[in-house]
Amino acid sequence: MFPELNNLLNTTPDRAEQGKLTLLCDAKTDGSFLVHHFLSFYLKANCKVCFVALIQSFSHYNIVGQKLGVNLTMARERGQLVFLEGLKSAVDVFFQAQEKPHPLQFLREASAGNLKPLFEFVRVALKPVDSGAAGWTYPVLLVDDLSVLLSLGLGAVAVLDFIHYCRATLCWELKGNVVVLVHDSGDVEDEENDILLNGLSHQSHLILRAEGLATGFCRDVHGQLRILWRRPSQSTSQRDQSLTYQYKIQDRSVSFFAKGMSPAVL
Amino acid sequence: MATVATCGGDAVGVGSAVATASKSNVTSFQRRGPRVSGTNDSGPRLVSITGTRPSVRNGQLLVSTGLPALDQLLGGGLAVGTVLLIEEDKYNIYSSLLFKYFLAEGIVNGHTLLVASANEDPANILQELPAPLLDNCKKEFDEDVYNHKTPESNIKMKIAWRYQLLPKMEQIRPVSSSRFGHYYDASKRIPQELIEASKWHGFFLPEKISPTLKVEPCSLTHGYIKLLQFIQNIIYEEGFDGSNPQKKQKNILRIGIQNLGSPLWGDDICCTENGDSGHNLTKFLYVLRGLLRTSLSACIITMPTHLIQNKAFIAHVTNLSDTVVGLESFIGSERETNPLYKDYHGLIHIRQIPRLNNLVCDESDVKDLGFKLKRKLFTIELESGFAFFHSAHF
Repeated sequence: MFPELNNLLNTTPDRAEQGKLTLLCDAKTDGSFLVHHFLSFYLKANCKVCFVALIQSFSHYNIVGQKLGVNLTMARERGQLVFLEGLKSAVDVFFQAQEKPHPLQFLREASAGNLKPLFEFVRVALKPVDSGAAGWTYPVLLVDDLSVLLSLGLGAVAVLDFIHYCRATLCWELKGNVVVLVHDSGDVEDEENDILLNGLSHQSHLILRAEGLATGFCRDVHGQLRILWRRPSQSTSQRDQSLTYQYKIQDRSVSFFAKGMSPAVL
Repeated sequence: MATVATCGGDAVGVGSAVATASKSNVTSFQRRGPRVSGTNDSGPRLVSITGTRPSVRNGQLLVSTGLPALDQLLGGGLAVGTVLLIEEDKYNIYSSLLFKYFLAEGIVNGHTLLVASANEDPANILQELPAPLLDNCKKEFDEDVYNHKTPESNIKMKIAWRYQLLPKMEQIRPVSSSRFGHYYDASKRIPQELIEASKWHGFFLPEKISPTLKVEPCSLTHGYIKLLQFIQNIIYEEGFDGSNPQKKQKNILRIGIQNLGSPLWGDDICCTENGDSGHNLTKFLYVLRGLLRTSLSACIITMPTHLIQNKAFIAHVTNLSDTVVGLESFIGSERETNPLYKDYHGLIHIRQIPRLNNLVCDESDVKDLGFKLKRKLFTIELESGFAFFHSAHF
């Protein structure tokens, strides 16, 4: 996790809020550093994490996680981390007919499917174990990323249904958290992606939006991060709080600064 | 749909996704750790494979794309286990050249090739590969060889005479194969001996698909399914995924897929505006990347994106690929006569570079890149025309 981002979000692993949906989105840049942040954050907070990693392999997250101070292999061995590696599972489900429904069953279907098998996988993975020996604090679902599901033929409604079920089970029933990443297509007309993004924006409690700079590529400032706190269940009598920072990604951390205050400029 | 019975080894289900113990998977994303001497290479240890080198940034295993200039822009080379997507230029001139450079580099390094095409027989593609400029033959490529008055047969004899001097086996493995990245002469064909000494597999779509096609509701176009099975078969049979541990010499599989997405593959994404309602191409890319990530292979795909009207689809394809490079040639466009671009044949856009095992990636600072194809060299450089333009007018 990035300590500077924790300060901006005003959280620490010990006293993070529960029952929240966090939406990460990126526009014209790569927002995967936010996924690495939340993965290491929740592992350090001693939560039981289910990570649906659809876009990269396990060793990628493991190596970056080691730079951020968490060991994914060990977390997986002791049961704290349930890791669904999308790329590897896709090969398995594609080439072999499965006896029981596989989480990525929709890859075999000709018409647009639904994500019920994936939800079942998540539910079983994060079900509280009655033995109580492990003592994880609360369950967390992390998805990287949802736009891949749209690319693979699922409709925005199917994905929204999946998130709805996850929220109902994890956020409301088990008092856990859900963190998802969605790409923002920006100028390109992608109707399904817009529906998904708008739908999730209205349901989330925290939105982190990484944007590329409007002026183009810069070596010292990699982008701009907009943080938006929301209260979806309550009336919007109070204004949602929003902050904007610029950031630069380094090898092991990300540094944040106010707009125009990059160390390279001053 | 038919499945290859021997894929994957053990049957894997949901449980294996969470299983802690897996067979020693030979993924390419290995940390470059200290060499353990005296032990057999059953663990994930990086053995040195010809034609590869570790990245300076994260120890990622890299192969050359065949163009040293492009290797530099991509941060040292193409990472093993990833996909390089080339967005074709309008007449598929320069993109097919890049495709051929990639394959030629594989032959020079002794890698196994897998060439897939729907419109051209892979054997013909291999015949048209450019000839490598090898150190010990460099003396030949001086001006008198290009003397057009010299009859064709004379030049051929000259090359054969040079080959006769050296022992045959030594010549097949060129002396400079230990170098990473080679230069090629686009005006000459690769010597036949090199092709015959190399190991390659071809996938020519019209041969693999029976003419009487029964249309079944599958999740993927028939051609794509066949290609994926073919690739998976080769990877398993030849042990690129580590499934034959007794193989002593590890090698890289270079996969080249030409004109993916064109109507010849049975895909309608280039024909209609709302094509690919079955999301054939994206599913294909996803499963392909899954195959690549668990094997010692690298893949180049050329795609006629200029024919795809659905721009959101191109964004999906970009997100599902690792490295994306776009080529824009000036042929037939107004830029051909623009004095700014007179030195160049086109523009090259580095659209995406992956961040593998890292938070950062080797993005080059320079975004205005032009390329030009000279006889022996495909160069990519910063467009100096812009600087001149400004200094002349301001």
